[in-house]
Amino acid sequence: MSGRPQRELLCQGNEAVVEGSLAAGVRFFGGYPITPSTEIAEILSVELPKVGGTFIQMEDEIAGIGSCLGASLSGAKSMTATSGPGFSLMQELIGFGCIAEIPMVIVNVMRYGPSTGLPTSPSQGDVMQARWGTHGDHPIIVLTAASVLEAFHMTVKAFNFSEKYRIPVILLLDEVVGHMREKVLLPADEEVQVVNRVKPEIPPDWYKPYEVTNTGVPPMASFGEGYRYHVTGLVHDEMGFPTQVKSEVTASTDRLFDKITRGFADICITDSYQTDDAELIVVAYGSVARSAREAVDQLREKGHKAGLFQITTLWPFPRTSLENTAKVARMMVVVEMNRGQIYREVWRVSRGRWTVHKVSGTDGEMIAPQMIVDAVKEYGQWR
Amino acid sequence: MALTNRDILHKYLRHNKRFPHIWCPGCGIGIVLGACLRAIYDTGWSKDEVVFSSGIGCTGRAPVYVDFNTLHTAHGRALTFATGIKAANPKLKVVTMMGDGDAVGIGGNHFIHACRRNIDITAVIVNNMIYGMTGGQQSPTTPRGALASTARTGVVEQPFDIAELAVASGASFVARTTSYHVHQMEKLIYRALAHPGFSVVEIITAAPTCFGRRNKYSDAVEMVKEQKAMAIDVKKAEGMGFDERRSRIVTGVLMERDAPEWTRTYAEEVRGESPAGDSGNSPGETTPEETK
Amino acid sequence: MRVELRLAGYGGQGLITAAVILAEAAGLYMGREVVQTQSYGPEARGGSSKADVIISDSRINYPKARHLDVLLALTQEACDKYFQNLKEGGTLLIDETYVTVSPTPQAYVIPARKTVREVFGKDTFINTVALGALAELVEELDHQAVKKALSSRVPPKTLDDNLKAFELGVNLGRKAKDAPPLKPADADL
Repeated sequence: MSGRPQRELLCQGNEAVVEGSLAAGVRFFGGYPITPSTEIAEILSVELPKVGGTFIQMEDEIAGIGSCLGASLSGAKSMTATSGPGFSLMQELIGFGCIAEIPMVIVNVMRYGPSTGLPTSPSQGDVMQARWGTHGDHPIIVLTAASVLEAFHMTVKAFNFSEKYRIPVILLLDEVVGHMREKVLLPADEEVQVVNRVKPEIPPDWYKPYEVTNTGVPPMASFGEGYRYHVTGLVHDEMGFPTQVKSEVTASTDRLFDKITRGFADICITDSYQTDDAELIVVAYGSVARSAREAVDQLREKGHKAGLFQITTLWPFPRTSLENTAKVARMMVVVEMNRGQIYREVWRVSRGRWTVHKVSGTDGEMIAPQMIVDAVKEYGQWR
Repeated sequence: MALTNRDILHKYLRHNKRFPHIWCPGCGIGIVLGACLRAIYDTGWSKDEVVFSSGIGCTGRAPVYVDFNTLHTAHGRALTFATGIKAANPKLKVVTMMGDGDAVGIGGNHFIHACRRNIDITAVIVNNMIYGMTGGQQSPTTPRGALASTARTGVVEQPFDIAELAVASGASFVARTTSYHVHQMEKLIYRALAHPGFSVVEIITAAPTCFGRRNKYSDAVEMVKEQKAMAIDVKKAEGMGFDERRSRIVTGVLMERDAPEWTRTYAEEVRGESPAGDSGNSPGETTPEETK
Repeated sequence: MRVELRLAGYGGQGLITAAVILAEAAGLYMGREVVQTQSYGPEARGGSSKADVIISDSRINYPKARHLDVLLALTQEACDKYFQNLKEGGTLLIDETYVTVSPTPQAYVIPARKTVREVFGKDTFINTVALGALAELVEELDHQAVKKALSSRVPPKTLDDNLKAFELGVNLGRKAKDAPPLKPADADL
């Protein structure tokens, strides 16, 4: 997809995901419509055929992610988009993608749950589902975005991480970001850094599809390229064949974690605002980070030493960045549209070095800055 | 010069895979896999262009033994992966081997939609009427009254007729046979592979360990003999009433018709590409007559 | 400069489209920062619909409108519900058919629905008429910018009628501006 110039447009978050996916080279979308993610499918159904790609509406979300994993094995960069109920249906195959190391991107535009919940209202209730929803021990990469422009860039990142680390990457948006429109300046396609999976350069007879390499990520051949190999959800050896040999089982699972651990610094994306001297740090992500930023401004105007730690990579949890940011912090307030999913992570990392409080917005409305300011006052012992 | 059966097996089985396979003595899955390999040989396709995929269960283990691009997916989901593989690269020849529980139990929704979509994939369904790998629980095709580990007094539900389900759902090639009818099996699978559209071959097989023992069959041979006795050619079954048909195994081609194939229709109507000259799934130079 | 506008009514009135056009006008043709959000019910037609636009000279953080400078209400329910969010001295624009009881004598009242029925013979382009009236009544909005955004967003087939409806709205806005404040009795039509 070469040739699209830099362009300024009024763009919805879901549209920005499409723009980002095209810039990253998406060639396949398989999915099932669900509010508030549907625009992504609708727009890609128009755009993918124009670039020689394929859009297919599947019979349910399980089929959606299954078709994406298959298409990725055929060599196509693949994406699906959904919301909470569909995301729950996808969980088993997210695990398949992890163990079989198949790159793809899953966008979850979060809505209020559980169950059908409030289909058109925002929430951030799927943070833990994204981390632990599929069964068994596994690493995962989960990104989020606070603005339309970030939705574009994080979609590109999601594809790049999935290709680089051979893992499904989840982009967790909330309904506010998904449906919000902002003026954005999108970069020209040639300005976008795109990462493609490493392909084997050795003869097919030498190819070990799940070999331990120095990056921890084995090269990936597409089906049909002459490297006939086996892909399975069973624990497998270097050849991809099922194994129950203890040493091989351990080696296989260790490598899955190891490749992500090694990429930690590359993967963890965070942003700090006014944190250098901050005694109080507001921790937020997604659309809520916007309210948190305004709350920080209001608190600063009143003379409080407040700052914002904005998390963009939710998983793996950016523990090191948080610790480095919290130089003089005595209190953290975690603001999220759930009852405290990242709050627990911040508390876990704190180990007594700062107090941790939460502001939970669970009424289907976006958290307003005033709610954060009021809560901080209530927790006021930090001053 | 056609290869012998043994040559064909040696050509297609993975020499670097640790054998023996996992299947019980008397199981029909190996017979079906052998017929698949001979039929694939007859198409003239190269090993590199074939994708051999499956779901979970005894049948799900088939791909690991064969030297193609092979994929062992999650339970019931083989056709979803296969659809993505084929849609993203229509040049690949996609074969999916499933058991009855995989295809019409947990994967039933995917199965009927793959039929409806008529995407060029061949589904070979090994119907042994039981969940074998987990020890003999009832499946969606276990006959009414048969015993299973989760139906100790006999199954109280009526079974799916997989081939009829495929016909009703829009598959453009549907055939059925039994593990007794090995030659017919091979020919039907060949025709299914050659058919440009979603093709289904249902094969009634014996699961002596998990179905046979509990249902008082002395051995696999008795079960296969019963398949032979119950089988009736589709032409002879014409005019039979519903109950009578259901009491037999109707074999042969139940449906064969031209219908728009998904990848071609998508390419032409959505992408606006000019019609392809060669079918995505047409076999090479050989025809069944020449090779047999 | 920061202006918060809310367009509220029921689903199917085209309010989200109108809000998108306003946002595009301000963002792309007037060079402002802009955020547009909406909330809506499950119904594609009927049900309540609300679209917000924030226009600013500087970065916009919280994207929802809180202290409205402008409220366009096209149902009585929307008017009653959101009037309390309107700043003192803010602009309230209502349609005389949809909103029969104005909460304030300062409201601008336009006969949008009546006019489109007369001109087009059906209840269409009401949102475009409202856009014209807003362009006239809200000084931060530039007529040409709104027209450009309108032209780029509507289907080409309907462009002429949309531009006509926009001009009708501008005129209705002008008349409403020149009209004396509603008498208390008028305010309770």
